[in-house]
This record gives sequence, structure tokens and C-alpha cells, in this order.
Amino acid sequence: MSVTVRITQRPERTLRVQAYIPEVLRGLSVTTRQMLRNLFGGKDITTIQYPEVKRRYPERYRGLHRLMHRDDGQVRCVACMCCSTACPANCIHIVAAEHDDNGIEKYPATFVIDELRCIVCGFCVEACPCDAIRMDSGVHVQPFLDRDTAFFDKGELLSRGTASEAVQGGTFKGSSHSHH
Amino acid sequence: MFSPIDFAILLLKIGVITLGFALPIGGLLTLYGDRKLSALIQNRVGPNRAKVFGIQSSLLSLPQFVADGIKMLFKEDAMPDNADRFWHFMAPALALLPAITLWAVIPFGDLYCTGTIEVKDYMDVCVGGEQKNFFSIANLDAGLLYVFAISSISVYGAALAGWSTNSKFALIGGLRSTAQMISYEVTMGLSLAGTMLIYGTLNLNEMAQQQGVLLGGWLPAWGIVYQPVAFFVFFIAMMAETKRAPFDVPEGESEIVAGYFTEFSALKFGAIQLSEYVGTIFVGALVATIFFGGWQVPFLYGDGFHFGSGGVDVAVPYAGVVALRLVAFIAKTLFFVLLQFMLRWTLPRFRYDQIMNLGWKILLPISIANFVITAIIVLAF
Repeated sequence: MSVTVRITQRPERTLRVQAYIPEVLRGLSVTTRQMLRNLFGGKDITTIQYPEVKRRYPERYRGLHRLMHRDDGQVRCVACMCCSTACPANCIHIVAAEHDDNGIEKYPATFVIDELRCIVCGFCVEACPCDAIRMDSGVHVQPFLDRDTAFFDKGELLSRGTASEAVQGGTFKGSSHSHH
Repeated sequence: MFSPIDFAILLLKIGVITLGFALPIGGLLTLYGDRKLSALIQNRVGPNRAKVFGIQSSLLSLPQFVADGIKMLFKEDAMPDNADRFWHFMAPALALLPAITLWAVIPFGDLYCTGTIEVKDYMDVCVGGEQKNFFSIANLDAGLLYVFAISSISVYGAALAGWSTNSKFALIGGLRSTAQMISYEVTMGLSLAGTMLIYGTLNLNEMAQQQGVLLGGWLPAWGIVYQPVAFFVFFIAMMAETKRAPFDVPEGESEIVAGYFTEFSALKFGAIQLSEYVGTIFVGALVATIFFGGWQVPFLYGDGFHFGSGGVDVAVPYAGVVALRLVAFIAKTLFFVLLQFMLRWTLPRFRYDQIMNLGWKILLPISIANFVITAIIVLAF
């Protein structure tokens, strides 16, 4: 196989370039033009003044976790442990308990997410079979001044939650049958 | 000979020129020149977060300037182990002192005439009164030599700052700045030798006075008209003297952290930084004085504007003339300060060997040739 050689012509160093001063002036004109344009209200500065002006996050942005509600306001989560199993950072801690409703069977007695360990990968949302945990709150994780406040418990996660439009079983007592 | 009133005026002049002009402008430039100007050039916003009483106000970002100063005052003054305590303490002072002392000979305006002014051959002649030196701290006959002497001393600040901290980065930075400043001092002196021949004086105020002449009745005889080459060489050499970009290898952060002031913090760091900015303004003032007419306003003399070769065209009271000249000098100075800042944000840093090449192999021969040719022309005419 033959080797192809491409010869690149170096840019020629003309007297104008080597004299340096014309080129310095050319450079100065570029920086001065940009400076003046930005000084007099140019639109080149794209900085968003963050706390005062906030950018809308895209629809699929993974923000703070939230736990979704059933139609009657109970937690949708059935404590199946799929999310805490999928979590690569081991930041979801669920203690399951038996539910009075035979259709629901299990629910999380405690549901704690350690936001300091969370790596915001979204695997828990992927793993959830009943649309109970979501990260679509559109709020990014704020810095914590106190370590204790970084543990989000069930109440806090539910407070951001809303009813889901997905259909879920176990909404009536006394029957093992669930409708779809 | 030296009355208490003279002494009070001298103290006032020192206070106004150093504490009222050089240091505050130098401090302001750390914010506007470096941080705001660079932000505008690079499509950024720059510092604007400092609040006044919890209110976010732009106020041209001035609160930020105050906040930075206060921060510098209250920071821990860290001194490395095994540092030479005495010289670590003295080095920032030795850097700042020459930068301030240099201002002693800069004339902000002509000698104030208590009598009446007659204009003869484009020169103000003071009749029936004495000339009082109100606008420079010292009207030295050896003004330019004083400038050379003091700016040579400023090497000590950088060299000792680098050496005293017992840090290798700082030592390399100190050595680099020493070599660079000494190299460019030669060029600096020789490039001005031609202007000394033409003006026939070392007194900066007399230099400025001579630049009021109109060549052919319309062209102000500013130094740059006589010595354009010297202007370029001197300006470049002075920029290298102040160690500002593109000559800032002594503090090349990509190689040696911050160079000779790596191990300085708090107000010591502030003093070294400030000395560089005050030096930058001084370069502007000196270039304006020697090459751009100093306090001269074109066509303006002691009694008003002379546009033709005849008498006064637009009469201006003497106080107005003094004020106009003061404004003109400060405007010229700030223009060259701005030019230095724009150059800093335009040009990439030179390599160290390029700096030495430029200094010894290009600028020095040019300045010697310029000097010799000027000498021949002065001798011939």
C-alpha cells in the first residue's frame, strides 16, 4: 500500500507580517472593535445573570426527585426495591411495610434519598415499574449548608409529587384483582 | 529659601499627585483595565456581584472595587517557612516605592505665571511676575535622568520578592524579571538619547514647553514628529520594564504560578500588583510628556488659541488655559494607559528567548541607529 503524502504550504511570512507593527495594529483593531461593540449594547455577551435570571431547563432535565401520588393521595411506590437496586450510588434507602389494602400489599414505611450521594443518573426512574419516582421537577439540587438537610424523606419527596396519569392497581379493598 | 507655605504646597502636591492620582487610578485600573475591559473584549460580563446594603446595583461595578480592596486588607498575610522575613517584608515596599517616587518629575501643567503672559515664537513668556511650580512635585533639571535612575531601582523589588520567599517558582520569576528589566533598560535609555539631543534638555517641563512650537504654522512639534522610531522603541521597552503582557514572563502563570510574587498574600500582594499598575500609568504619563506634547493643547498658548500665524484667535482666561492643559495631560496619559491594556489583551505572551532577541538584537540596534542618525542631523543643522 502506497503512502500518500500531502504537502501543506506554510503561510508565507511577508514583510508586512514580519514588520510586526501592522499586524499588531490589526490585532488591536479586532479587540477594540469587540470591546466597543460590547460596551454599546452589543448582543455578543451571552452570560445569563443566574440568580436574577434563570434559564428554563429542558423537558427531560433530571432535577430533584419526587414521589408521585395515587389518585387518593397515597404514595404510588410499592416498595419493590427496583430503584434502590438499580442505584449505582446506593443512595435510596427504603424500608418496606405491609399495606392494609390487599391490592396494594406493600408500601414504603420510609423512603429516604441521600442527595449528597445521588449522581443524578436517572436509573431509579428507569427502573420504577409504577411511575412512582420521577426526576422531572425542573429544580436542580441546591447546595446544602447542613448535611442533615441533604436526606430527603418520604414527606419531602411526596410534597413535590402530583397524581400520575398512569393507571395503577390496588385501588379497592378486599380483592386481589387489579384492573388495567 | 524654603518657607512653610512652600513646604505646605509641596506636601499638597505630593498628596494630590500620588495619593489623589497615581494610586487611585492604579487601583481602579485593576478593576476596569484588567477585569472589566478584558471581559468586554472576550464577550464576558466581568465582576458585578458586589452589593451595596444588599441591593444589587450596577454603579459601574464600583462596589466590587471597594470589596476587592477590603478583601485584600483582611486576608491572612502568609509567609512561607524559611522565607527571609526581613526581605519578604521589604520587597513589596521596594516594588511600590519607586513606582510612586517616579511621579515626582512628571509635569501635569506648565509653571504657573503670576504676572502677565506674552506669547513669543510659540512660547509662553512670563512678564512681570514669577513662575511657580504648582503642577509637578519637583521641577528637576535632570528629570529624565531621575526617571532612569528610579526605574532601575525598581528591579530590586521584583528580584528581592523572588529571592526572599525561598520558593523556586518565585526565584525563577525574580531572575526572569531582573534579566528582562536590565536588558530593556539599555534600550530605554538609548531610545531617548535622540530626544535629549533634539530638546537639548533633560527637564521634562522644558521638553513639554518646546513641543508647543508649530512646524510650518500648523503641525504641533510633538516629540513623535521628530522621533517616531524612538517612540515605538521606547514604548515597547517601557512596556517590558513594567512587566506587563506581552512581556509578562516573570509572572507567567502557565509555567511559574505567579512568578516573583507567588508567595505573597494580603496587602503585600496588593502592593506588588498596585506597583505594576502605577508603573503602567507612569509609562502613559512619560510617553505623553516626551512624545505627545505633555500638557500642551495644540494651538493653545497662555492667552488663548492661535490658529493662524498672527495673534490670538480665541481668547481664553489663564485659569481656563491651566485647566485645559491639565485635562489634556490626563487625557493623553489615560489614552496610553488604555493602549497598554488593549495591547495586553491583544497580544499573546512572548517566549523568553523571543523577549531577549527583541531586546538585544532588534530594539537595541534600532535605538543606537536612531541615536546616531539623530546626532548627525542635529550636528548638520
